Amino acid sequence: MSKIIELKKVNKWFDKFQVLKDIDLEVAPQEKIVICGPSGSGKSTLIRCINRLEEHQEGNIIVDGTELAENTKNIEKIRAEVGMVFQQFNLFPHLSILDNCTLAPIWVKKLPKKEAEEIAMKNLTRVQIDDQALKFPGQLSGGQQQRAAIARALCMEPKIMLFDEPTSALDPEMIKEVLDVMVDLAKGGMTMIVVTHEMGFAKEVADYMIFMDEGKIVERAKTKEFFDNPKSDRTKLFLSQIL
Amino acid sequence: MILNNFKPTKDKINTFLPLGSIFVIFAFLDVLTNTFLNYNITGFLPQTLNYFSPLLIGYIGLYLIRIEYSGIIFLDKLNKNINSSNLNAFLTLLILFIIIKAISPLMNWLILEANFTGSSKDDCTDNGACWVFIKVWFNRLMYGLYPDVEQWRVNSAFLLLFALVGIAFFVPQKIKKYFIIFLLFIYPFIGIKLLSGGSFGLVYVETAAWGGLSLTFIISAFAILFCFPIGVFLALGRRSSLPAIRYISIGFIELWRGVPLITVLFMAAVMFPMFLPDGTFIDKLIRVLIAITLFEAAYMAEVVRGGLQALPKGQYEAAKSLGMGYWRMNVLIILPQALKLVIPGIANTLLALVKDTPLIFVVGLMELAGMIGLAKTNPKWLGMAMEGYVFAGLVFWVICYAMSRYSQNLEKKLSTER
Repeated sequence: MSKIIELKKVNKWFDKFQVLKDIDLEVAPQEKIVICGPSGSGKSTLIRCINRLEEHQEGNIIVDGTELAENTKNIEKIRAEVGMVFQQFNLFPHLSILDNCTLAPIWVKKLPKKEAEEIAMKNLTRVQIDDQALKFPGQLSGGQQQRAAIARALCMEPKIMLFDEPTSALDPEMIKEVLDVMVDLAKGGMTMIVVTHEMGFAKEVADYMIFMDEGKIVERAKTKEFFDNPKSDRTKLFLSQIL
Repeated sequence: MILNNFKPTKDKINTFLPLGSIFVIFAFLDVLTNTFLNYNITGFLPQTLNYFSPLLIGYIGLYLIRIEYSGIIFLDKLNKNINSSNLNAFLTLLILFIIIKAISPLMNWLILEANFTGSSKDDCTDNGACWVFIKVWFNRLMYGLYPDVEQWRVNSAFLLLFALVGIAFFVPQKIKKYFIIFLLFIYPFIGIKLLSGGSFGLVYVETAAWGGLSLTFIISAFAILFCFPIGVFLALGRRSSLPAIRYISIGFIELWRGVPLITVLFMAAVMFPMFLPDGTFIDKLIRVLIAITLFEAAYMAEVVRGGLQALPKGQYEAAKSLGMGYWRMNVLIILPQALKLVIPGIANTLLALVKDTPLIFVVGLMELAGMIGLAKTNPKWLGMAMEGYVFAGLVFWVICYAMSRYSQNLEKKLSTER
């Protein structure tokens, strides 16, 4: 099976501090991967490298057949194909939810306004906030905002979705509504890389689990094996603390 | 204790409130009759005591009505806001009495004893202001030395501008952008042609003759129109990741910010032509306009940069993650939010710009304040500086206050919180 994301020997430094060490990773289309690990282990940096919100200094990152390098046109093309959901939602507060969703399709993909709005309403219905379409982000609850952010990313009709701790900034009661949307998305066949501590979610949808520590991938295993029979001691320790 | 009997409390409100009110009213009556009727009710008291009697009596009155939780809404509000302690009561009285004392001569000078009719300085026989000065010079104060018969051109240029702006507010969104493009890129040339003439059968009027309030407007409008976009570009440039652009922006901003406007104007008008090759000539007004625009753009850049820096990094990342490039990200996401944040700062800079226009007198151009400076030195109208500058101050205040209100409205309109 051909790979949609390939990372080969990726190294990254923040000044002298090395955050990613020799990362190798391959993701096939429609695969769902959950990355976990202690804070500061480089998991967020890793997925932010995949759409080049962070630059890597060594190694290759190839997304959908295009290598991420200095060429800005390539980067913009990749970003338009890779949706990202942030911990802090990062909705555009000066635009209504509907405009948040139609802005990029209209200006980046050059869709006609009407078509963009149809796609937006379809995705907002999918995340069940179509009734909030004309409100502004500040008027929505955290859970609703995060679902709107997912809808906004989906409106670009991405091939890959990256989730950077999507539920970490939410109240406990709102976590479920966001996870439900993500489970629904996973079942729809989206390629997903999710950084999260929600192990229930991971068990339900992930094909592979990746455990990172100190900038390295410590363990990569099928989900069931990862939870039932972790190999490294570091993983065992982490799982014993988090479960 | 005997003193306790004099402490105003709620159960004795029926005694204290009327008594205190009488004292307070008496104190104000004393000041008012003293100021406006020249009659001193407390004249029977010894000289020094007499002078402070209103303060003393009012103070006692305010003390007597300082009843906590009286239940009377007005009294409670008054006590809370201007009569909460002995010191506050004293300051309240002092300030109110000073205002009463000061308003009287001011009103006399401005209106009651002012001269409104006549046509020369000799007609100003009353003690107050001589508004005849403004009336006689009004035409010059508005149009400068622009020839009388050609002044319809100035009027129509401004009428056209106001009409266009007015229509632009009401036309549907689709046509609006054409109006704005027309206003920004075509109107300035029509306006300048209309004012300067020289073709289309219009008599040529040199820019040295332009002046008065219309020149204030021309300079302000031109500078505001152009300093804003230049400022935005400089602000973006200063935050650019390309070192060449960043250092050029920083250099430009710091150079213009560090020099007084008066020096910049002088250089633009006097020194700049010396460096031009022989035979080339750029009109003095245009040189001055460009100088003011670039000067204010440097300030604008720093205001806008403040807004750019206030935005969370996540906004940039979200825009990038949707595939937006630098310009789309800035135009669609970053600038709308950043500019909204700094509306007060932008208004501040633009108000300062309008009020800086009188400085063009150093290069011999005379807008409103400059024309007053000229008029007051006219031998027939010596000693009219006060009237002139009060008038100029009033006009500038009206313009600036209108701008300030507009910016506040804009802020409210653009707010998407709640």
